[in-house]
Amino acid sequence: MAVRGAAAFSSLLIPMGASAEYGLNMTEGATSLSHEVYGLHMTILWVCVVIGAVVFGAMFYSVFKHRKSKGAVAANFHESTFAEFAWTIVPILILVSMAIPATKTLLAMDDLSDSDMTIKVTGIQWKWKYDYLDEDISLVSNLAPEHAKASQRNSGIDVTKIENYLLEVDNPVVVPVGKKIRFLMTANDVIHSWWVPALGWKKDAIPGFVNEMWARIDKPGTYRGQCAELCGKGHGFMPIVVVAKSEADYKDWVAMKREEKAATLASADRAWTKDELMKKGQQVYTTTCMACHQANGQGLPGAFPALAGSPVVKGPVEGHIGVVMNGRQGTAMAAFAGLMSDVDIAAVITYERNAFGNDTGDVVQPSTIKAARK
Amino acid sequence: MSSATAIHDAHDDHGPSKGIMRWITTTNHKDIGTLYLIFALIMFMIGGAMAMIIRAELFQPGMQLVDPAFFNQMTTVHALVMIFGGVMPAFTGLANWLIPMMIGAPDMALPRMNNWSFWILPFAFTMLLSTLFMNGGGPAAGWTMYPPLVLQTGDAFPFMILSIHMMGISSIMGSINVIVTIMNMRAPGMTLMKMPLFVWTWLITAYLLIATMPVLAGAVTMLLTDKFFGTSFFSAAGGGDPVLYQHVFWFFGHPEVYILILPAFGIISQIIPTFARKPLFGYSSMVYATASIAFLSFIVWAHHMFTVGMPTAGELFFMYATMMIAVPTGVKVFNWVSTMWRGSMTFETPMLFAIAFVFLFTIGGFSGLMLAIAPADFQYHDTYFVVAHFHYVLVSGAVFSIMAAAYYWMPKWTGHMYDEKLGKIHFWLSAISMNVLFFPQHFLGLAGMPRRIPDYSVQFTGFNQISSIGGFVFGLSQVLFCYIVYKTIKGGQPATDNVWEGAHGLEWTLPSPPPYHSFIEAPAVK
Amino acid sequence: MKIGVVVIAMFGFGYLLVPLYNVFCDITGLNGKTGRVSVGEANAAIQADRVVTVEFVGNINSDMPWEFRPLVKSLKVHPGKLYDASFMAHNLTDKRIVGQAIPSISPGVGGKYFNKTECFCFTNQTLKGGEEKKMPLRFIVDPNLPRHIKRLTLAYTFFNITK
Repeated sequence: MAVRGAAAFSSLLIPMGASAEYGLNMTEGATSLSHEVYGLHMTILWVCVVIGAVVFGAMFYSVFKHRKSKGAVAANFHESTFAEFAWTIVPILILVSMAIPATKTLLAMDDLSDSDMTIKVTGIQWKWKYDYLDEDISLVSNLAPEHAKASQRNSGIDVTKIENYLLEVDNPVVVPVGKKIRFLMTANDVIHSWWVPALGWKKDAIPGFVNEMWARIDKPGTYRGQCAELCGKGHGFMPIVVVAKSEADYKDWVAMKREEKAATLASADRAWTKDELMKKGQQVYTTTCMACHQANGQGLPGAFPALAGSPVVKGPVEGHIGVVMNGRQGTAMAAFAGLMSDVDIAAVITYERNAFGNDTGDVVQPSTIKAARK
Repeated sequence: MSSATAIHDAHDDHGPSKGIMRWITTTNHKDIGTLYLIFALIMFMIGGAMAMIIRAELFQPGMQLVDPAFFNQMTTVHALVMIFGGVMPAFTGLANWLIPMMIGAPDMALPRMNNWSFWILPFAFTMLLSTLFMNGGGPAAGWTMYPPLVLQTGDAFPFMILSIHMMGISSIMGSINVIVTIMNMRAPGMTLMKMPLFVWTWLITAYLLIATMPVLAGAVTMLLTDKFFGTSFFSAAGGGDPVLYQHVFWFFGHPEVYILILPAFGIISQIIPTFARKPLFGYSSMVYATASIAFLSFIVWAHHMFTVGMPTAGELFFMYATMMIAVPTGVKVFNWVSTMWRGSMTFETPMLFAIAFVFLFTIGGFSGLMLAIAPADFQYHDTYFVVAHFHYVLVSGAVFSIMAAAYYWMPKWTGHMYDEKLGKIHFWLSAISMNVLFFPQHFLGLAGMPRRIPDYSVQFTGFNQISSIGGFVFGLSQVLFCYIVYKTIKGGQPATDNVWEGAHGLEWTLPSPPPYHSFIEAPAVK
Repeated sequence: MKIGVVVIAMFGFGYLLVPLYNVFCDITGLNGKTGRVSVGEANAAIQADRVVTVEFVGNINSDMPWEFRPLVKSLKVHPGKLYDASFMAHNLTDKRIVGQAIPSISPGVGGKYFNKTECFCFTNQTLKGGEEKKMPLRFIVDPNLPRHIKRLTLAYTFFNITK
């Protein structure tokens, strides 16, 4: 009822805007935990509303009634032990009654036993990596390329036309419904925080440490979230998409992912044409490199080096491969050897060496990268 | 009054020196108070300009005006400037002006230190603001400066650390001065439990500052050595722990929150009785409530970090301790309402700000209580709900109290009444736009918008636009405030000594404006 | 002047928080750091009736071009008994790289009950370009591990500390 009232209020307040979905309240979510959290939120909200009504009621009554212009004469009382005692005790009782359900929910969240599967979530500037520890598959989840392009400053793209702007990824994390999923959180560089409101919580991903939390999703659907801990320039651009599928669909997905993995490995062995590599490379560049090095390869002076005309990119191929695979210590340039496939690395290097006016004409084959890993 | 005037005349000979040197070399509590207040006002406008950039970028989805990196610098520096450059110096300025006059002292106890503690600040902030023009830009890791992210800061890093050290030293010196003044320079008969509440809250605040600013200094020094001297306090690679920084920081940070609000409680407790024409209800319980808030502030820090993965027992402890803060804070609100109750109220600008403070600060208190519930905080944490919460307590709390104080005491300081009509316009513009600015941010946070993001999903557009419009109006109405202050300094209807019909306290026994040295002879306190 | 002393004392206290935190974490396992015992100490009574699952996870930091994974994903162990496990590290580049592994246990309270007698994390590990190396670990789960903990997740993160 409260939600409906709030929704009516919102429609009154904001007639403008294209989308009619104005969230006013916390989502009830799709897990047992999120329902409990929602319940707690609504209870404490109403407790506050009631206390507020009483206190502000008294205050504004006084403001309107006890004013000099209405001839009010000031009384002279200025203390009352009873009153002080009462308004110490009553709030304590209210707080205790709030603390009990909150404690229960917290203990429920802590119960990580008997989980059915484990997904390791790794926060990386600025993407998420998911490892299905029981299935031996892993995927890297970037902001979808179309969104990455549109979010460039003055991109000229009308972002209101993009569905789920900034809340779409190239590889969503797929999970089965009805299973207790344990999430292990960690990070590769700085602290991130993994938050999908529909699951009812967020948890920090801290480099060098693991945190755990669980969720059991009730119904199939797509649940979106974002990184919630400031993690640098791309903090607003590392969304999370959880797709919950029925058990059978999930199995199919796992099988498909395995096939994909094998295909990717195999494709590293064949010779790729320059056009194929350039096309693939542009995709990889958009999702992985553009946030820092910018769409035009100019970088951001002082913060991120330009690739256009860069001595690394225009210099020997081996040096370029080395920087991409090993990263640069102490900077935001990660070691991508463990994060990208041979094909992706080869493609993006080929792209960088031929885009932005670099025109070196070099083509780097996936097999070269594969060999470099030995 | 005639005796006070005579004192004024007699001491003109060693009054202020002339020109700019008066301000650079001054050891006078009123001059230094004025310097602090003007500095705070300048910083408030600079920090406000940064907020305008933030709100302009967030006016619609998509990146239009600035880069995400610059946006992060704006959120970071906005917070540092507002907290350390705006609110804290404003309170120190008020303390300088008012404490000697309220306790019947001629000046602050340590006048030379007073001069230093102010003159450090312009250098600290010049340094901090200069980082925005450096290679790689200013600090962008949030005012909380969490490692490892903060260690990715460019050339600005050592400048940021050093400027924080300077701000810390300035605050510590200011606090020492306040404590020594209050402890040693009270007029005969001014027992501790007769001190005006503003003095009380500042005394407690000064102790909080002395206890916590060095901890912040320690934390940022550890960051500095981690970055440049190979230590690894906070780096997991060397056996450190990044979460440890958060513990140390919030051990400072939570008391800091009360440093920003306790003097505000004091100001409101001075103003409401004046305009209700009725003594403050529950004076002693106000003192005890302030003290217990200060105590509790040391044992609740980890409620800022419920999501870092603490053991459940820790989360429960910090949740309960945090909820307890609602009790003494509630006592204060109830006392203010009871002070108004059956009074004979008039609504001049200071009173309007004070009532808005009670109303809006309490809303911020409610959202604070909601945030204290650890499981619910797992949803609220690091969203716009938190942004709304702390702006309700800091803008409609701390800043409104400073505005109220400015209107309330400006006639005393300058000898001129401010323009009541303009004051009321300023109040209504500020109060309404402040709510338009921050109330929708509650909804944004609940609907799932994280804080510190430069761009957002289209569904959040409506509330962001409302919020931005509120922001622009709020920003512009502060320009009006600057004009009102200027106009009052320049001239206006002369103020009487008592200024307000219901005002009580030693400062009102002095002429308006008061003599250069407040009380040469200690007044008698009944 | 007393206040000046307080200021210096509080600055010191800021630093003191570091060892305090470490002691506190040792006692409570707050941050999931693990214990270390010598072989001699590690002969507590074996709880044959109780089984705890120990899960192994390998992470690498972003400036670390290695592949790092556990050879066995999990073990069912009896508290009090000594077990062996190992990880595989593979340098994906052609350069020599020095790494340091940092352990973390979840749930954090389990950390102080997870004792290692031998671990590749005790020292730096150097891999030549392209080298692959088995990283051994010998551990014992303390029988005092609270009964409600049925699974411990041991994660290692390799950091690049090449100078």
